[in-house]
Amino acid sequence: MRDALTLAGNRAVLTRANPLAKFAAVFLITLVLALSIDWMSASVALACELLVFPLAGLTFSLLWQRGWPLILAAAVGGWSTSILSPDSGRILLDVGIWSVSEGSLQLGLGFLLRGLAIALPAVLLMSCTDPTDLADALAQKARLPHRFVLGTLAALRLVGLMAEEWQTIGMARRARGVGSRGNPWQRMRATLGQSFGLLVQAIRRATRLAVTMEARGFGGASRTWARVSTFSVLDVWVVLGGVLIAAGAVAAALWAGTWNMVWLEGT
Amino acid sequence: MPGQDDAGVRPAAVTARGWGWRHAGRTKPAVHALDLDIRPGERVMLLGPSGAGKSTLLHALAGVLGDNDADDAGTPDRDDADESGELFIDGAPPRSRRGRAGLMQQDPETQVVLSRLGDDVAFGAENLSVPREEIWRRVHEALDDVGLSHLPLTHPTSALSGGQKQRLALAGILAMRPGLILLDEPTANLDPDGVLEVRDAVGRCLDKTGATLVVVEHRVAAWKDLVDRIVVLQPGSASDGAVLIDGTPDEVLEQARGMLIAAGVWVPGYVPETRRRSATGAPPSSGHSTGQLLLAAEKLSVSRERPRRRGFRPVPPEPVLRDVTAQVRAGEALTVTGPNGAGKSTFALTLAGLLPPVDGRVSATVELSGGAGIDPYKWRAEQLIARIGTVFQEPEHQFVTGRVLDELQFGPRHLGHGEERVDELLERLRLTHLVDANPYTLSGGEKRRLSVATVLAAHPQVLVLDEPTFGQDANTWAELASFLSELLDAGTAVVSVTHDEEFTQVLGGTELRLGSGLGNNAPGPAEPTPEQAAT
Amino acid sequence: MTTAAIKKTSHSWRVADIVVAALIAVAGGVIFWAWSQGANLISTPVNAVYPPLTGLYAGGWMIPAVLGMLIIRKPGAALFCEGVAATGELLMGSQYGTTVLISGVLQGLGAELVFAAFAYKKFNLPTSLLAGAGAGLFCGLNDSFAPWGWNIAYAAGDKLAYIVFCAISGAVIAGALSWIAARGLARTGVLSSFASRKAATEPVFS
Repeated sequence: MRDALTLAGNRAVLTRANPLAKFAAVFLITLVLALSIDWMSASVALACELLVFPLAGLTFSLLWQRGWPLILAAAVGGWSTSILSPDSGRILLDVGIWSVSEGSLQLGLGFLLRGLAIALPAVLLMSCTDPTDLADALAQKARLPHRFVLGTLAALRLVGLMAEEWQTIGMARRARGVGSRGNPWQRMRATLGQSFGLLVQAIRRATRLAVTMEARGFGGASRTWARVSTFSVLDVWVVLGGVLIAAGAVAAALWAGTWNMVWLEGT
Repeated sequence: MPGQDDAGVRPAAVTARGWGWRHAGRTKPAVHALDLDIRPGERVMLLGPSGAGKSTLLHALAGVLGDNDADDAGTPDRDDADESGELFIDGAPPRSRRGRAGLMQQDPETQVVLSRLGDDVAFGAENLSVPREEIWRRVHEALDDVGLSHLPLTHPTSALSGGQKQRLALAGILAMRPGLILLDEPTANLDPDGVLEVRDAVGRCLDKTGATLVVVEHRVAAWKDLVDRIVVLQPGSASDGAVLIDGTPDEVLEQARGMLIAAGVWVPGYVPETRRRSATGAPPSSGHSTGQLLLAAEKLSVSRERPRRRGFRPVPPEPVLRDVTAQVRAGEALTVTGPNGAGKSTFALTLAGLLPPVDGRVSATVELSGGAGIDPYKWRAEQLIARIGTVFQEPEHQFVTGRVLDELQFGPRHLGHGEERVDELLERLRLTHLVDANPYTLSGGEKRRLSVATVLAAHPQVLVLDEPTFGQDANTWAELASFLSELLDAGTAVVSVTHDEEFTQVLGGTELRLGSGLGNNAPGPAEPTPEQAAT
Repeated sequence: MTTAAIKKTSHSWRVADIVVAALIAVAGGVIFWAWSQGANLISTPVNAVYPPLTGLYAGGWMIPAVLGMLIIRKPGAALFCEGVAATGELLMGSQYGTTVLISGVLQGLGAELVFAAFAYKKFNLPTSLLAGAGAGLFCGLNDSFAPWGWNIAYAAGDKLAYIVFCAISGAVIAGALSWIAARGLARTGVLSSFASRKAATEPVFS
């Protein structure tokens, strides 16, 4: 968990781009993909994204380690869409409330690919973006209020600590006779108790952290920045890349005749 | 690089005139009628019983007190925080003087703000609107002063030890160029090496900058030579002034020795009186003969990490400690010692059936398991607590109810027997007057006593304690040591993880010294050899 | 119980408010991340049987919005906490990609509007339930009608079922649990410097 939030050792080219530029590119791709459920635009975008991965310092084995829950989730999303979307074309499967037709299967497949094509760029974005750099960009370039941005950044640093504490509290409660094993009801009660314990510690820590920050002069109206958030030529390329992938996906879908605007679907 | 900007550190003066403070929601003031003058450059230690308002005073001087939530609200509430009298730094209220004082608190984790070393040092200076080039100059200088300049500026702050985190916090304070340095129990959460590391860094920085120092610390010996004045405060409920005694360290420690000892302060040269183990090994009352083997670790490798998933394949974690062999016997103490990061706590938790071994095994003898099976990790929670009790370093992690009495009855109720021992434990650990209190609202010493009592209420034959004396005052320390020695005489096995040499001596028994170097993942199977001292 | 406790109308955020709100959101993320490890076992078969039922555990995502507001009691707390929670989820790797930020903001808004309707003066059980339901409603609407919503292709009846399940789940899990948690937290004394420090002794319904 602790490693998940650091970029230790990542020297890839995209780590040097401004987080806002990367975010804009990813968001553009996401929006365009969201407009249509079709397998063509999704697969083109997915293919382009996979090509960009090395630029973010990601390898495919790393992607598999981090990304398999996302793949599972996308598959489940595709399945539920297949059985729940209105049927069209030949019926392939009809068991009680489940029915899968050619049309809904195609929709489900498109949905699966689209889900992946939306989830992957976010993994890409985060694997090459340091939270500190993101906060700097948000406060200096996007002009969000620095008290909120830096307060959140300081709290995020404690994620790893909270995850460790979660495990410790779990053991400490077992040592008191609260079992985290057993039937779902017992497990849920144990989880609720453990969550409460974690919340108490989280609030104690946050209160002390706030004192530390205030004692270092934090909270005033103005401040200087030791790190400057800048835009460079690289950022132009990043945004341009985003535009190209988005446009390529739309063009391919229009050419193949699969473009399928979401709001027109099913009516 | 000492340069022209050293002249920028102007030592601050502190003045209090009849100053008092009551926290929101409290009836009694934390500090009452304080009159105090601290000259620029003076180094003062504040002592006193808990509740004397030492931390409150430091917070007020740091300018972080009084940000009450109803400050700018329309109606004053008699429940809101209340200030009386005057408290000044260089003749002005501390809140108007942000940056003149720098504060370090006890918990190292919350003294770090940002995730990269250099950024964290720069944080305070940024907030004071120092120009960028000047900030980085100060960052380098401050890191040099606290002895962290060998680390890169991008070093992750989460990878630092407790002592290093506190030194980093000191660097962050120095980069603000404060005239007043406030330390609120800066070394209470550190091991002995960390204490010296931080103390020496503070000493060097004071010598260099000449800043005024106010430090609150229970362990007087480590800090006594650094200060030139000790002020003893008394609780705010007292009708006369807040300052009880004020003078040079030697004077005060002589005059107020009895009173400080009574208040639980670790006065230099004082080792609290504790109960001795009965040398003859009196007949144990628990039915087990002393020396009976209860629990054994064989070639144990341990880690807190669970097996990771690489795709669908589980990969076992890298152990922090390998091949440890140890035995736990009825009525005997086993003390686990060693440097930070050696895996002491992880070992103890594995031994206690709370973590699965990475390799090797933990086995309970029939005398302990009573038919529950050999592997404690596989026992159900109720089976575990009746056999092995574990007291965690942070008492709050083990609280499971909202009331002290319920907390004590929780174990026996689950087991269906043993409630009769609750009253005895309440009495013995001086918790009777607190039965209706919420466990989280107790003082540090009370929480520690409660956590020991709750675990013992389930009658375990083996008691495992992780750093039980950490941050405790001398009174709680002595009570705990005496109580454990009684338990040992009664036939309970006591395993404790500790840095505390005096505590180890009181308990006696076997010492298991783990891990030599600071390196955690000591490679090679035979590296951390346990010294199984002959019994 | 004095009436003064509900007269706190200081609307400016202190540093402590910001950091605690953010950490509540972050801790909420950790808790839900831990919970979803086990919940996956339940959710996958549920999803295979009748997907709209997954709306029933959607409330877990909205706990930060309601809990954050119940503790901080400042305008914007629900929005801020849910936004931070979504950012945290994005950092840990979200199956929803960057659209998780939009869902977060919308869910926070659903709860925020309810508290705003009571002029940020009521933090009792009914308000909490309503706020949870509001967050759930917005979550259901977002998932069913926004172009990035996961249920965009469902038939209309299934969408309606999903939205209702979300709102119920929001009221029970996010609303009721948060309210109970806030009272429990107030009893431990950790809220002593916050506007909610007397939450444990406030009346349940008024």
